[in-house]
Amino acid sequence: MIRNSASEMASKLANGEITSVALTQAHLDQISAVDKDVHAFLHVDTQGALAQAAAVDAKRKSGEKLSPLAGVPLALKDVMTQKGIPTTCGSKILEGWRPPYDSTVVANLKKNDIVILGKTNMDEFAMGSSTENSAYGPTHNPWDLTRIPGGSGGGSAASLAAFEAPLAIGTDTGGSIRQPAAVTGTVGVKPTYGGVSRYGLVAFSSSLDQAGPCARTVLDAALLHEAIAGHDPKDSTSINAPVPAVVAAAKSGNVKGMKIGVVKELNGDGYQKGVRNRFEESLELLAAAGAEIVEVSAPNFEYALAAYYLIAPSECSSNLARFDAMRYGLRVGDNDGASAESVMNLTREVGFGREVKRRIILGTYALSSGYYDAYYGSAQKVRTLITQDFNKAFEIADVLVSPTCPTTAFKIGEKANDPLAMYLNDIATIPVNMAGIGGMSLPSGVADEDGLPVGFQIMSPVMKDDRMYSVGAALEAALLTKWGAPLLSTIPALAGSK
Amino acid sequence: MTSLSRDDVAKLAGLARIEMSDEELVALSNEFTVILDAVARVQEVASADVAATSHPLPLRNVFRPDVVVPSLSPADALSGAPAQEEQRFRVPQILGEE
Repeated sequence: MIRNSASEMASKLANGEITSVALTQAHLDQISAVDKDVHAFLHVDTQGALAQAAAVDAKRKSGEKLSPLAGVPLALKDVMTQKGIPTTCGSKILEGWRPPYDSTVVANLKKNDIVILGKTNMDEFAMGSSTENSAYGPTHNPWDLTRIPGGSGGGSAASLAAFEAPLAIGTDTGGSIRQPAAVTGTVGVKPTYGGVSRYGLVAFSSSLDQAGPCARTVLDAALLHEAIAGHDPKDSTSINAPVPAVVAAAKSGNVKGMKIGVVKELNGDGYQKGVRNRFEESLELLAAAGAEIVEVSAPNFEYALAAYYLIAPSECSSNLARFDAMRYGLRVGDNDGASAESVMNLTREVGFGREVKRRIILGTYALSSGYYDAYYGSAQKVRTLITQDFNKAFEIADVLVSPTCPTTAFKIGEKANDPLAMYLNDIATIPVNMAGIGGMSLPSGVADEDGLPVGFQIMSPVMKDDRMYSVGAALEAALLTKWGAPLLSTIPALAGSK
Repeated sequence: MTSLSRDDVAKLAGLARIEMSDEELVALSNEFTVILDAVARVQEVASADVAATSHPLPLRNVFRPDVVVPSLSPADALSGAPAQEEQRFRVPQILGEE
């Protein structure tokens, strides 16, 4: 039951073959069985999930019209507030905090009767590419427990690959949905910036952050996308326009006559051989499905990583100023007579981890008087150049494609002491965030040399998210025909797995 | 090559309100030499004729009608407070003695 896709589960719920309580219990059982090894979850809300499931079953029994994913369980990244449920962002500074309100994403999930199983592990405040920066210990990749599940949303992606949940919510600032999807053999989508509300998403870099769906199939991602997307008056950067028809696109999977642009700069040197092979093979399948493959050039993409590591730290140094030990969260050193400033200094020393401090200090420097123009100002100009590169490329092609990451999952600990090597993971995913467009990663097979999953990235213009779903569905269907079974059916079994 | 000394990092840490051990300051100072070198590449293409982009959406002042809607109760708003007193956040001393 837990190995089905979310849409298969939804059909079985709709025709009365299973109940949401049974389905939710099966996932809770799987979490009990395997999460000691995977560590995808920081908090499992057993009572709340079963109560929500029972309520959906009751509604269904009474003949109420329900949404397509009603009763299907989901794992929520711990960066999203859910009323009364611990929300840590993977940080000690928020340990024990129970938010007094629901994020809009959570409100939308509840409105759609999607059952929330619990909160998933992540790099602290979403800063990282491996989930090793969580203050609560790393998540392990279900394909190989000695390897990273990507980051920052490694918990969400791992929960899907470990069959602990069929759906998950992630957030993507520089690749935090797509890179974990790539290295775990799952699907992850970063919608157009402003497509999904950021209200209640604890901010890291406000001009880049975007929440999106994680799933095991393209259609499941589309169904979840429609459930969470749409205009929200509580987020002033939310786009006031209809949600692109992503479910229809995922169902049709039609790419006949579509022009698919291969980004020359996001391939070649630095990309693992097995990654390149799977990418070429996917292009052939898309061509066979009727798409026209063209090459496009985006010369300024090579500066994207540098610009990102100025813009994101700058915004984070400002956003994380709210963790000041006054109204919520950790407070350290509040002895009689201690000043507020000393309490802040001590709390932030103890509450923040290494990478978060590194980025706050870097951002403080980049924004400081005398250096602003040279660093933050220049990075903003690069952002313009990257957007122009995308605009030109989208004049030639309907969507752009690349490998999602240069390599497959690396070993836990391998890059922990080399921040620059770690940052390189996101070289192909960052340009999308800089321009605010949509991006998807879906599995394109495993690398011959290590047997680990490889991701295929599709990028679509602002509010044309449906295009990446059409291409994703076409590729997924062609690969399924080639393999005879989904990629995740070949994942090694975890000890105790149901 | 730009570098930040231990004292430079200490000053930034002070501005960012983060207490740091000497060991941490030295380590960050070493890392920043490498990181700043890498990010300074943005200057290669950021010429004067390129406009800056601060945000992906061309939005300006988004307004909504000024309507009263339910908000957090005092109990909810204070639910995460490290310390509270008389329905208020209790915070450490901000001003001096006088």
